[in-house]
Parts: sequence; structure tokens; C-alpha cells
Amino acid sequence: MVHAAPGGPFDDERALPADVEANIARAYHLDEPLPKQFIRYLTGLVQGDLGPSYRYRDYTVSELIGAAFPLSLQLGALAMALAVVVGVGAGTVAALKQDTYLDRLVMAGSMTGISIPVFVFAPVLVLLLAVKLQWLPAGWSSTTGASRLVLPVITLALPQIAYIARLTRASMIDVLGRDFIRTARAQGLGTMTVVRLHALKPAMLPVLSYMGPAIAAILTGSVVVEEIFGIPGLGQFFVRGALNRDYTLVLGIVVFYAALIVFLNLIVDVLYGAIDPRVRYR
Amino acid sequence: MKSSWLLLLFAFLSVGAVTGCSTDAPDSGSVLQRGIPTDPESLDHHKARSTQAAEVLRDLGEGLLAYSSSGELVPAAAERWDVSADGLTYTFHLRSEVRWSNGDPVTAEHFVSGLRRLVTPATGAFYANMLAAVVNAPEIVSGTLSPESLGVEAPDDRTVVLKLARPTPYLLSLLTHPSTFPLHPSSIEEHGDGFARPGKLLSNGPYVLNAWVPGSVLELRRNQHYWNNAHTALDGVNYHVVVQDAAELNRYRAGELHITSTVPPDNFSELKAQFGGELRVAPYLGIYYYGFNLSKPPFKDNPELRQALSMAIDREQLAAKVTGRGEAPAFSWVPPGVESYEPTVLSFAPLAREERETLARRLYKEAGYSDANPLEVELRYNTSDTNKKIAVAVQAMWNDVLGVQTTLINEEFQVLLSNMRDAEVTQVFRSSWMGDYNDAFTFLSVLQAGSAANMPRYSNDEYESLLERAANQVDAERRRLYLEEAERVMLADHPVIPMYFYVSKHLVSPKVSGWGDNVLDYHYSQHLSLSASERARD
Repeated sequence: MVHAAPGGPFDDERALPADVEANIARAYHLDEPLPKQFIRYLTGLVQGDLGPSYRYRDYTVSELIGAAFPLSLQLGALAMALAVVVGVGAGTVAALKQDTYLDRLVMAGSMTGISIPVFVFAPVLVLLLAVKLQWLPAGWSSTTGASRLVLPVITLALPQIAYIARLTRASMIDVLGRDFIRTARAQGLGTMTVVRLHALKPAMLPVLSYMGPAIAAILTGSVVVEEIFGIPGLGQFFVRGALNRDYTLVLGIVVFYAALIVFLNLIVDVLYGAIDPRVRYR
Repeated sequence: MKSSWLLLLFAFLSVGAVTGCSTDAPDSGSVLQRGIPTDPESLDHHKARSTQAAEVLRDLGEGLLAYSSSGELVPAAAERWDVSADGLTYTFHLRSEVRWSNGDPVTAEHFVSGLRRLVTPATGAFYANMLAAVVNAPEIVSGTLSPESLGVEAPDDRTVVLKLARPTPYLLSLLTHPSTFPLHPSSIEEHGDGFARPGKLLSNGPYVLNAWVPGSVLELRRNQHYWNNAHTALDGVNYHVVVQDAAELNRYRAGELHITSTVPPDNFSELKAQFGGELRVAPYLGIYYYGFNLSKPPFKDNPELRQALSMAIDREQLAAKVTGRGEAPAFSWVPPGVESYEPTVLSFAPLAREERETLARRLYKEAGYSDANPLEVELRYNTSDTNKKIAVAVQAMWNDVLGVQTTLINEEFQVLLSNMRDAEVTQVFRSSWMGDYNDAFTFLSVLQAGSAANMPRYSNDEYESLLERAANQVDAERRRLYLEEAERVMLADHPVIPMYFYVSKHLVSPKVSGWGDNVLDYHYSQHLSLSASERARD
């Protein structure tokens, strides 16, 4: 399918003489019929060899993915953590203070966070915090400290915070209205204790279900964030690979993502069982 | 079960923390921070092809010659050379102090093996034809002869002899190109094709490749063994890969970059007002043009129509209002500023706009079109804001002056390239050409019949014979006359619509000294230095 897009990895205005083009095609097996190329790729895949990158000619696909994945993982994990902590917190506050100005504030804020695209507010944040105030670096490669994580993680997390807040609020309101909560209150437990011990876990179920799509959203959102901050993560390599017709890189990342998503879904399923006593695996 | 939540959260955070730790020692000394728009595709100087790769390679390696910061040819690895009277034999004498970064001396044999690898078919070098004039080079590239038969020799350790099949006055400027740099024998012996990595790559230039994070940054540090190390001011150069020019501008503003590779196309006058002398704009050896597909109607065998369309475009307006960054409107094919060459201009260049438009309308009628029977044409361009603005302007101009109905088609770059190559669906397409060396031939060769870069598929016997005669001329003046005549012949056929000549544009921090504007846009880091307050900054 990758070959279906017009153009090849070595095309350029600075065209190659026919001999040279033939030499290159031979070196990369691009002159072989497609089924043969496919078999060759699969054989390599089974042995863990994802092939050379056509665009980054000094590196193999495995090396590029190996370097890019921990970075994307780090960003994604931190963004997810931030999103859960802040989102659940904000949603809970909104649920407890339902219909007050605080509730309205949280809801308005989350609506903004969902509506404004990343590529709009990220540059604005950069302009404000990095260029004008110079509190944080504008680019990933400008420093090696943890400060370069702050802006990318925040921009990646914001839409998720917004969504999780709304989800938590709705779910929490529902749970707080249930009988067993009223029982707990009647027994004299304070609000925060009730929330902590009894309401939080059941209210979390929708959020947990959302984790799957949330991770997918963070994966795709990371492409834009990585582009804006110049972070050498998987998202960036994926897009550039497509634009450069870097067949092996694109294939490698797709295979990798597929494996990752299967793995993560498995984790989510297991967690579901851990949280909800009604769902148990024999 | 609350603990499982805490566990989960802890897991997330610790992943973040562990993978985030890095303990790099801060840079001591002066390190220049430059932006480049994309990674070099390779730092193997035979596999590289892009201007970005060439920029980094010029800091890592050195050829027989190089350019000064004002754009003049100067001796580099070679301290002097002799040329035979017939212009066919060049003898270069290497400096005795030239060294690789591991201390080994650079010998003539290293240059010979480098050039041989360049033309070897298995290398798949993009610039294999850079040395097309050297004896046996074309035969080696096509596989008929072995690389050892290339017309280069090393009679002793300090002498490189090049034998040419035809006099090539611009040969010396070719020898500044990274593809002609020498090759250390151990590079291939020990590392095979993967020698262009940090820690393995040997440099004979001012800097060594210290680190490379693809997609992020390349770190170059001083090569202590470089023969001119004493005059190299900067201790290091970091090339930051920044894809978006808006992001690059932000980083420059934040003080993280000293030099940008370009500036965003919008709000140029505001940028100029804001940055003043830091914004460096200079003519660049590149042309932006629209090409006609000459292999199919309506432009096949229809020079009147082509000329009409070319005359109906107000290039001055485009350059001033649409691009507005100091680009010069193009009335010739070869840009001004090329070494010892006076570009021929289109015949209608001296006419005023109204006169051009009247003449255009007449030619349009002669070609058989009118308001009742307008020309319907497709204009293709690759996705970019600038291309779109220009296409929209041209569409309006053609409609106002001639009544032409133009359909604009925006395609991704690779798709457009593929279409141009096939020449099946294209009619008018946007393209560009950047010169590889400072001679008119790098532009005129594009429209030669056999050239793979000849997108319009132009073919004219007189053009070919003039170029052939120029190629065999030893006398520079006579050669120049042939080339100028060739350009005149080609322009009169109107296979292309030259639009404007590129300018190079960079933001250069006032802390940087030694920056020289030149028409090739070469800025060797070894010519630059940072002011004292920039030293020892993280």
C-alpha cells in the first residue's frame, strides 16, 4: 500500500542519471517485484530486522525506532499522568461543587481545551513562556534538562485533561447520587473521606474505559507536538517517513504501533478486572 | 485497592523520570547554534545529496579547494596547482600539514580513492556525474569500465593529477563540493558503509562529528588535528533540526539559535523592522520558474502561446508584492552573480508593461485563442504558501490580460515530481533549480535533451551544438560567448517562464562575526566566531 503513493524514496528535482538510479534501486531491492519485496521484508521482520531507512541512510529503522520510542513513551506517560491527576481532580471538584461558579469555570475551561487545536495554543504558549518570559526552552535540543519537557507535556495533556474532567464530573455526580454513598454519609463520614474511599473507584470506570482512546489520542497528538517542539519522537518520524516515501520506516512504525496498541489494550483489560470486583477473570 | 491506583500513577511517573534523565556536561568554550530544516540524509559524502547535508559536510571535511566567506575560490587541502596549456591536466600539490582527525596525514591516495568511490556504480552516489569531464568517468558510472581506470592519479603522497576529457573551466569550483572530499581507507575497511556515524567518522576538516540525534541535533566539535585549527575560532557547532520555520524563528527570538536557515515567508517587512541588520538577505544561485510540458498540446509546437503566457505575467509585481523579500524578477535563465557571465535576457524585458500585454494579446490570437475560445490550462504546484500565492496571482494575471481559464492544482512534492517526470498530465508546472557550482553551465545543462532534470522536455539542436562547442572551448571568453548565445536561443523558444531569482535569507545574531553573504550561500563555520559574552554558555 505504501508503494501506492506516487513517487519514490529517491526522487528529487535534482534528478539522477539513469545508471545511478538503477544502481540505487538494485542496492535497496526496489527493482524486485512487489511480492518478492514483501516476502523479503517479512523474513527480516521475523528476525527483528526492520531494514535500513531510505531517508536516514546511515541508520536502520530499528535504531531510529529504538531511539524515538522511549522519548515518545516518556512524553506520553507524563502527559497521561498529568491528564489523569488534573482531570480527575478538576472533575471531582466540579462534581462536588455542582452548579457553583467553580463548576462552571471548570466546564468552560475544559470546553476551551477540547475546542482549541494543539497547533494553535502550543505556539502561543511557546511565544509567551519561551520567547517573551524565557522561563522555558523553545526547542527540544536547546537544553538537556527536564525543563524542556514542561511545555510539550502540558500541550499534549491539555485536551485530555479537558475531556477527563468532563467525564469525571458526570461520572462522579452519578456515583454521588447512589444509595451506598448516602449510607456512608449517614454514617457520619466526611465528604472527602467518602469521595476517597467510596466514590472515586466506581467513578473511575468510565475514565478507565477512556484510557484506550486516550492513549491513541496522545499518540496521534504527539505528532503535532513533536513537530512544534522539534522532538525526535515516533510521531515525527512517521509523518516524515510518509512524506519522504521512506517505506521501511513507515512500515516499521506501523508494525510497532500495532504491537503497542495490542499490548496496551491487554493492560487496560487487566486493570479493569483489578478495579471492578464484578469483572473477574477466571 | 486504592494502592493499585497509586501504583499505576507511580508507574507512569517513574517511566517519565527514568527515561528523562540525561547528564551531559555543559559545553565549555564557544559553540555556535545553527538551525537546519531537516537532517542530512547521510554524512557519507558520496551518499549525501541535499544542501543541508552539504552544509554540515563542509564543516566536517575539506576538499582540494574551498570558498572564502566572500565567495572566492581559495586553496584548501591543496596549497597550489598547475593547469596544462590545453586545459586537460590539473596537478594539485597538497599541503604537508593536512591531517585526519585521528592524526593520520591526508595523502593524495585518499583523494584518489574518494573520487573512485564517487563514480563506482555500487556506491549509488547522487553526484556521480560531478566529475563527468574526467577521463573515463561516464563509462565507469554506466558500468563499462572499472573505477581504477578513472583519470585521477597520485604519483606521490602530496600530488593529485586529474586528467580531463574536455576543458572544464569550472573544474576548480567543482572541487569544493563535498562529493569530491577524500576518503580515509580505514573508514570502509573497518566500518563498511556505516562509517558516517559519531565516533566512527573521520574528518579532515575543522570539526568532528561528536553526536547525532536524528530529528533533533548534530553536534560538531573541534578537530585538533586540522591543519588550520589555529585560525578556527569556534570550539563547536550544533546544528539543530527545526522543520517549521515559525518554530525556528521562535527559537532565534528566545536566544537559543545564533543563525537560522531561513525566515518565515509572511510579514517580511515586520521582520525587517524588528531585526534590522540581523536579517541577512542576499542573491542566491537559484531560479523559480514555471515549465511547460512541451511533449503534449497545447504547448507542443506552440511558441506563440508560450510567449504570450510568459509576457502576460508581471514579474516585477510578483517579486515586489507577492514574495517581497528582495527577490529579483527573472528575465533570464541564468541568475546574475554567476562567475564571469552576463545573462541574456528575454526579448521583451525592456518593454513597458502595457506594451508587453498588447503584444501578448496579439500572440494569443495568433495561437488561435480568443475570448470566445479561451485557453483552459492546468497549473500544478507543490504545497507551500508561497507557491499558492504566486499561482493565484498568475491565474489572475492570465485571466485579466488574456482571458485564460486556469485551474490550480496543488500536489504534494513527491507527487508533483512524479507527474513532471512522466509528462503525461502536466501542462504548466512550478519548479526550481539551485546551482551546484558557480558557473552558467549548471543552469544551462538543466535544459539539455538528455538531462533528467529537463522537466519541460526541451530539445533544440542548435542549443545542444552551442553547448557542445562551449564545452570544448579552452578560451574563457569564447566559451562565454557560446553559452550566452545558447541561453538566447533557448529563451527565444520559451520552454520555461522564469519568474524570480531566489535570495538566501538568514537571521544572524549580532554575537556572530565573520558572516559573509555570497551567491552560493556557503557559510563555513570555521570563518565564524562568537563574541566573548557567548562563551561557556550552556
